[in-house]
Amino acid sequence: MGMREQIETAAARYPDRRSAIMPALLIAQQAHGHLPGPVLEEVADILGVERIWVYELATFYTLFHTEPVGRFHLQLCDNLSCMLCGAERLLAHMETVLGIGKGETTADGLFTLSTVECLGACEMAPVMQVGDHYHGNLNIARVDELLDRLR
Amino acid sequence: MFDPVLLKNIDLPDSHLLSTYEAGGGYRALAKVLREHTPDEVIELVKQSNLRGRGGAGFPTGMKWSFVPKRADKEKYLCCNADEGEPGTFKDRIIMERDPHQLVEGLAVSGYAIGARTAYVYVRGEYVTAIRRLEQAIAEAHAKGYLGTGILGSDFDFTIHIHCGAGAYICGEETAMLESLEGKRAQPRLKPPFPAVAGLYASPTVINNVETLACVPHIVMRGSEWFRDIGPDKSPGPKLYCVSGQVRRPGLYELPMGIPLRELVEEHAGGALPGRRIKAVIPGGVSAPVIPASGLEVGMDFDSLAAAGSMLGSAGVVVIDDTTCMVKVATRIVEFFHHESCGKCTPCREGLNWAVKVMRRIEAGEGAPGDLEQLDMLCKGIFGNTFCALGDGAAMGLRAALKHFRDEFAAHVEERRCPFH
Ligand SMILES: NC(=O)C1=CN([C@@H]2O[C@H](COP(=O)(O)OP(=O)(O)OC[C@H]3O[C@@H](n4cnc5c(N)ncnc54)[C@H](O)[C@@H]3O)[C@@H](O)[C@H]2O)C=CC1
Ligand SMILES: Cc1cc2nc3c(=O)[nH]c(=O)nc-3n(C[C@H](O)[C@H](O)[C@H](O)COP(=O)(O)O)c2cc1C
Ligand code: SF4
Ligand code: FES
Repeated sequence: MGMREQIETAAARYPDRRSAIMPALLIAQQAHGHLPGPVLEEVADILGVERIWVYELATFYTLFHTEPVGRFHLQLCDNLSCMLCGAERLLAHMETVLGIGKGETTADGLFTLSTVECLGACEMAPVMQVGDHYHGNLNIARVDELLDRLR
Repeated sequence: MFDPVLLKNIDLPDSHLLSTYEAGGGYRALAKVLREHTPDEVIELVKQSNLRGRGGAGFPTGMKWSFVPKRADKEKYLCCNADEGEPGTFKDRIIMERDPHQLVEGLAVSGYAIGARTAYVYVRGEYVTAIRRLEQAIAEAHAKGYLGTGILGSDFDFTIHIHCGAGAYICGEETAMLESLEGKRAQPRLKPPFPAVAGLYASPTVINNVETLACVPHIVMRGSEWFRDIGPDKSPGPKLYCVSGQVRRPGLYELPMGIPLRELVEEHAGGALPGRRIKAVIPGGVSAPVIPASGLEVGMDFDSLAAAGSMLGSAGVVVIDDTTCMVKVATRIVEFFHHESCGKCTPCREGLNWAVKVMRRIEAGEGAPGDLEQLDMLCKGIFGNTFCALGDGAAMGLRAALKHFRDEFAAHVEERRCPFH
């Protein structure tokens, strides 16, 4: 299915097309990797809603990226349970190994490193989300292994 | 030993599939209500069970359902709160990943009770596996006639849609969730009117947590008395406790409401890590005030924890041991609330910003005399003066940390360093 068809399928779930902006943005982000201005405008046009409504949501929610991110987005949870189980050490380690600070992307465009709020998987703290996957019970050796696998 | 109810299927092979769920008696509650009960009888049954909302506020579920106007001409909606953003909480994720049909059946029975034909499940976007499993479960249930039109030969029609969140804690607040579902920025609405009267698209809307809805089919099958007999009469039922932090066996535990916090943490979850001692426990996600080790006898139910000055909240139990600095813990919690503040009201937006600055300064050993009093004042300014419960939760948490661990805060200021570094 193309982006337009996917968005139409999503819109059919609601009595009001404005409700489909969030699902449409997720679909558009899947297709384009991130959400630059022209994509936001396309989403607004497909749904036939005000552009400002679309911009507003694209900037409100943290899972929407208006700027490009690396091929692998390393999202390390540093909320309480993960912090108590050593997330800070993992962050420092990744910053050294990748040569970037949090919020930055490696020069080859491979990795973006971020810290995020609780991922809802504290039983396996410390946890990092990469793409669709949760990696739990992390330690420095496991992080190294994971980075090697992704490279 | 307590026989698990909500978690009885999760360790079975293919626990997420319809065949497994049916083999364990699944969808019999739906068939039973459609055959034997009017919607009002289902509401009465849930009222009698004393089921209270597992999303954190503990509002009586049957009572909430009974506020939905009976007028037939207005569309009614059921929304499931699966946003699960409260740090320390992971129970809803595990239900959706490992036994999604339990939620689907709970939704169908509850939808029947309140007269809704459409349900939206608002799942946080990070929960990719849960979303896929739930989609698959909904499709399987449709194919088998448990959802759709004329369900099981009755005249009940019911459809479930998934709406993915996009990473904002505030979307778990029910009216912010409704705004988000309507395609707007997620900022809370004024209550009243409560959603039960005017909610999604201004229609009567019931919002319930995943675990609340998962309880419903069991109440239908085993009766309200069975449910009320588990744990305290006014706050009964089987309960999911999420245990994490500095503890030997972190994980999800299903036990009766009201079990002592000490039993949960020390016996079930194995107690402190080797060579360490428990210093404090947060019993209900980071919105819940911290309890020092001396208070662990408290029962894990809505009323006992409220009486002890804390709350059951989402039952996210975070264990903190004696190697950890409480100022650091409190700072991280306030940083979280500051980050997630939606910005709508000043006490929360500005008050938390200020509190974070003062706390970071104290934790870094740069605190000044008067800083603790300033934090006390900020808590007072925020608590009770915010638009939604996010600001209150932040203020209550900080206030409890300042009360129980004031000496640690004071030591930072006096010694001009963190005693734990
Ligand atoms: N599970 C999680 O991830 C999180 C849970 N929480 C919990 O949320 C709680 C606060 O939630 P709120 O929704 O602000 O609490 P609330 O007390 O305002 O409402 C609780 C429920 O009862 C309903 N209700 C209350 N009075 C009513 C009335 N007179 N008529 C009809 N319906 C009525 C509300 O609509 C809502 O569904 C906190 O106690 C906290 O524990 C907070 C953050 C995250
Ligand atoms: C800031 C904030 C965040 C919340 N997040 C959640 C959440 O993630 N999940 C949830 O079920 N309830 C959450 N709640 C509580 C909901 O507003 C509401 O009380 C609950 O969904 C009602 O369902 P219940 O009666 O079944 O508990 C939150 C409340 C606040 C104030
Ligand atoms: S208390 Fe905070 S989160 Fe709630 S409405 Fe006010 S600013 Fe928004
Ligand atoms: S605190 Fe990291 S997953 Fe919950």
